[in-house]
Amino acid sequence: MKRLMLIFSIFVVAAVMVAQESQPRIIAISAKRFEFTPNEITLERGERVTLRVKAEDRDHGFFQKELGLDLDLSPERVAEVTITPQASGRFVAICDNFCGSGHGNMKMVINVE
Amino acid sequence: MDRREFLKISGMSFGAGALISFAPAIAAGSPAARVRNWFRRQNGEEPAPFTFAQLSDAHVGFAGPPNPTGTKALERAIDVINGLNPQPELILFTGDLTHESETPGEHAKRMKLFQSITSRLRAKKIMRVPGEHDAALDGGVLYRQFFGETHYSFDHRGVHFIALDNVSHGKPMVGAEQVAWLQRDVARFPHTAPIIVFTHRPLFDLRPDWEWFTRDGSEVLNVLAPYENVTILYGHIHRHDVHQSEHMTHYASRSLIFAFPDPATTADKKPLAFDKENPFNNLGIQIVADKGAVRVDDVELTLREFSGTNGVQQIAKPGIII
Repeated sequence: MKRLMLIFSIFVVAAVMVAQESQPRIIAISAKRFEFTPNEITLERGERVTLRVKAEDRDHGFFQKELGLDLDLSPERVAEVTITPQASGRFVAICDNFCGSGHGNMKMVINVE
Repeated sequence: MDRREFLKISGMSFGAGALISFAPAIAAGSPAARVRNWFRRQNGEEPAPFTFAQLSDAHVGFAGPPNPTGTKALERAIDVINGLNPQPELILFTGDLTHESETPGEHAKRMKLFQSITSRLRAKKIMRVPGEHDAALDGGVLYRQFFGETHYSFDHRGVHFIALDNVSHGKPMVGAEQVAWLQRDVARFPHTAPIIVFTHRPLFDLRPDWEWFTRDGSEVLNVLAPYENVTILYGHIHRHDVHQSEHMTHYASRSLIFAFPDPATTADKKPLAFDKENPFNNLGIQIVADKGAVRVDDVELTLREFSGTNGVQQIAKPGIII
């Protein structure tokens, strides 16, 4: 019985460790006219990351084609997307929901190293 | 007429940039007769030569370092167009007629000012589509009050014109309802019909991270794909550009307020600096066909001659005051 309990405990501990390792890193991003905060982040290639994005003032978009980012942002809820970037480079995410005169400059740099 | 000859003619006919001659080469001569007969057999209607002008991105109301002259480039383009002989029969505005304002009443004033300035055009058939600065903040409500529907179609001398709205959803998209409307609209035409689509944003992925794209542009192009003679005119990118997708050619017109750089040369989307010594450099209309004087055999040479020019100054005929 003791032996069975020991094996079970080892399984539980291993499962928790695997679960912890597979948890993506979470990066919180806020969006408001006409900026994302932070406006630049760096990810590791192959790293699982959850981007959790909240609009502070009105509806916005969060779009980056190569990384597969495409969120509708609203002040009523937090939107999130989990990615595992496979290619390194400098990617520019934009607000693609027109939000006023500075809309064209509302962007965020995502470096993948 | 073989397909190669047809494409060559249509490529020349629509031209690039802003003053566009439709089918000048079919006005006379033996190759012209073949083209006219071919269209008549295929479409039941023979297209007649005519010219029209595309103007884009006037941003009336904009004030800032990239162009402190305000509406001067628009006014100047109107003067140039009014001086042309023959007059273009149509003027197409491909969006961003005005620059938005959130001050109550101010955006309406800018739309009135645009109407006032463009009322000086001698050509009276003026068609428009909105840009995001005209219609994205209010879903096109104010724009419709001044200019009518944001998407529609009409025929002119055997050519079918289609105005598409890819701005008033807020996001760069046409939307399923408009795509379905487009399907119904073109269904009655034979696949050989000459079709000119005019819209604001590019319908292909020119530079998505500069918002130079339309999310569902491929759905529009799929609807148009069976049609053999489609030209797409757009604005938004504030620079001249020519792109070929399958057999469709996409032409971007210059802006009338400031120019953006070639995206191949820079990572950042920033307007080109204002040059007070040459304030209209890279702005305004670009004439690419000269009143039907080009011959079919000269088409490719003519396009090369007029590509990459620096505005109407370099190619205008003597006597045009610019």
